[in-house]
Amino acid sequence: MFFTYLRRELAGRRRQTAIIAVGMALAIALVMIVDAVSTGVRDAQAAVLESVYGVGTDLTISQAAGPPEEGEGGGPGVRFEFGTDDGETTDDGTTLSNSRLTVDRGTSTFDASVLDTVQGVDGVAAASATLSLTNVTFDGDLPEPPTDQAAGDQAAAGDGTMPAPGEGGGGGFGGGAFDVTSVTVTGVDPAADAIGPLSAVELADGRGLDSGHTGEYVAVLDAEYATTEGVAVGDTIDLGGTGFEVVGTVASTSADAATASNAYIPLDVAQSLSGMDGLVSDISVQAASASDIPAVKADLEEALPDQTVSTQEDLAASVSGSLGSASSLISSLGLWLSIAVLAAAFLIAILFTIQGVTRRTREFGTLKAIGWSNRRIVGQVAGESLVQGLIGGAAGLALGFIGIAVINAISPSLATTSAPMAAGPGGEGGFGGGGPFAATQQSTEVVLSAPVTLSVVAMAVGLAVLGGLLAGAIGGWRASRLRPAEALRSVA
Amino acid sequence: MYTLENVSKTYRQKERTIHALKDVSLSIPTGQLVAIQGPTGGGKSTLLQMLGALDRPTTGRISLGEADLSGMPDAKLGRMRATEIGFVFQGFNLIPTLTAQENVETALEPLGVPAEERRRRATAALESVGLADRAHHVPSELSGGQQQRVAIARALVKEPDVLLADEPTGNLDEQTRDEIMDLLEGLHRDRGLTLVIVTHDSAVARRAERRLHLAHGTVTERA
Ligand SMILES: Nc1ncnc2c1ncn2[C@@H]1O[C@H](COP(=O)(O)OP(=O)(O)OP(=O)(O)O)[C@@H](O)[C@H]1O
Ligand SMILES: [Mg+2]
Repeated sequence: MFFTYLRRELAGRRRQTAIIAVGMALAIALVMIVDAVSTGVRDAQAAVLESVYGVGTDLTISQAAGPPEEGEGGGPGVRFEFGTDDGETTDDGTTLSNSRLTVDRGTSTFDASVLDTVQGVDGVAAASATLSLTNVTFDGDLPEPPTDQAAGDQAAAGDGTMPAPGEGGGGGFGGGAFDVTSVTVTGVDPAADAIGPLSAVELADGRGLDSGHTGEYVAVLDAEYATTEGVAVGDTIDLGGTGFEVVGTVASTSADAATASNAYIPLDVAQSLSGMDGLVSDISVQAASASDIPAVKADLEEALPDQTVSTQEDLAASVSGSLGSASSLISSLGLWLSIAVLAAAFLIAILFTIQGVTRRTREFGTLKAIGWSNRRIVGQVAGESLVQGLIGGAAGLALGFIGIAVINAISPSLATTSAPMAAGPGGEGGFGGGGPFAATQQSTEVVLSAPVTLSVVAMAVGLAVLGGLLAGAIGGWRASRLRPAEALRSVA
Repeated sequence: MYTLENVSKTYRQKERTIHALKDVSLSIPTGQLVAIQGPTGGGKSTLLQMLGALDRPTTGRISLGEADLSGMPDAKLGRMRATEIGFVFQGFNLIPTLTAQENVETALEPLGVPAEERRRRATAALESVGLADRAHHVPSELSGGQQQRVAIARALVKEPDVLLADEPTGNLDEQTRDEIMDLLEGLHRDRGLTLVIVTHDSAVARRAERRLHLAHGTVTERA
């Protein structure tokens, strides 16, 4: 009887069923899409962070960059020192070429002995130090004629290298054509591949760095960068005026994001070439267990008063760019929009259910008069609402899947700029100079994919059940308060 | 056997107190066919509510057989309605979305009758009111007389001791009215039902064994 009555009511009052179900469906679809997109944005953020900081990295130690100071290399640009021998005077003019390996602007370095301190802290499973550098190459002719080479070189600049807008500053060269390219270089401990930036990559060709490479002029390149530069394993590249043998190429383990750096070289080589002996810019720390992270962070902060200790969560906040905007858009607007629409859908369901019960006053009165218990009638009303909610939930699920499929078909690409490795909270201050080389931030393109997780489906079904039960409970409560004597009310 | 002792029912409406029934004492023996007449607002439906265990009197005592209807909690009153009392209404009061067959089955729902037996008994009840061929029609597909027959089948399917009818022919033409009265009379005769009919129609009232007049909340016997 319960199911017969239920079926007959829903079929007999199609309009009410349809309105409640459509409202519910729209709300649930919206919630699903918002949830899937925000999961996608979160995944993208994680992928970006992973490529920058390494998979196993729980904590990152860096030194907050203070405001640029005189004598600290914080001046408004990389200083090229052209000695009298650096130029090559020909009939056409003077060709200048200079390659310098320097610490990223905005990055502060600190003593490598900090690593020992870190390793001595309880709960630290592993730690490795890196030095983030930028290799800036200046190529130019003084004065005319301009060559086509400049444009060609610039076009070759791959991901992560910003074609430096340095030309603009070159007015003093009197129309000379020159080109500045920058390449991100990370000095890593060749022996430590379980933690640090190289833990988030996989070998594409050749081999990785190992303990035998300490002190060697060898480099591992980002595969994408190697391709755009036309460099293969076995070739030699120039970094800081020194030739490095390319021993391997690596690709990001995450399909969504590029690797953190264009080139990886042994830490000691990086230190000596950049004049940063005994200095590092970042330390990646792996905690013994995830639950230890807050305690380890506190211990590290106590042991290292001068450095900034950041967890992955802290760092996620530093992922900016359109990804960051998407993230905040989703979390604010998306959340409120889905709450508003959901509330509206629930309200519609409740109002229509109450209206339905009011319209059926005589019907429920009659059923009470012939002996139906209150519980039985409340159950009937709740059952109807629940099924209406579930129909809405099923339609919403379908609508949500379609919406998510559309988003994934479009697969919008989001540009993201994460703060450079050394920049913990407050690190951005180092960019105060705003020079043309501020592009040393890690810039990554990620494709947004909105995954459909089981939890999204469960949530959609849960909301449908919740909405149905809510409307049913309120409608049922109304029905339970009807007096059986209502049945005797004369017909209008 | 109904026994009413000093039954009063008052409705409180804001400042006003309406005395719908005043000190009614009355007994209705089992198997009697009683007609209640009287002016509108006289308290007929109110009396029927008391007899039908739909409501309790404000003061006084009313019992059906051994059961004290005035002192029962709601759940027990509901149980009484489910087992002992059948109702027929002026407006038929069928569930519009259910078929005739299903409408009749609703009366067996609170008794926990298994589905198979429920179907069988409902079919038999529809047959007894001459509507076997309309079992699968919804009320909107039936004439007024047919709808009232379905309602009578619904009231009878649980085999109650008492059948209460409030203006059962009020919405029907004269010919259909007579058919319905024939049907009710036959049931009363064949099953020994106590049958209380509220009516404005003297043609209906004339067929009763006993006629009561209810005006201003007071019952008087009519010869
Ligand atoms: N639920 C209620 N609340 C307040 N007053 C009520 C209620 N039910 C009935 N009354 C009042 O009680 C009095 C008797 O009503 P009742 O319905 O019993 O009259 P009736 O004899 O059945 O009239 P009719 O022939 O019009 O059906 C009327 O004055 C009516 O307004
Ligand atoms: Mg009445």
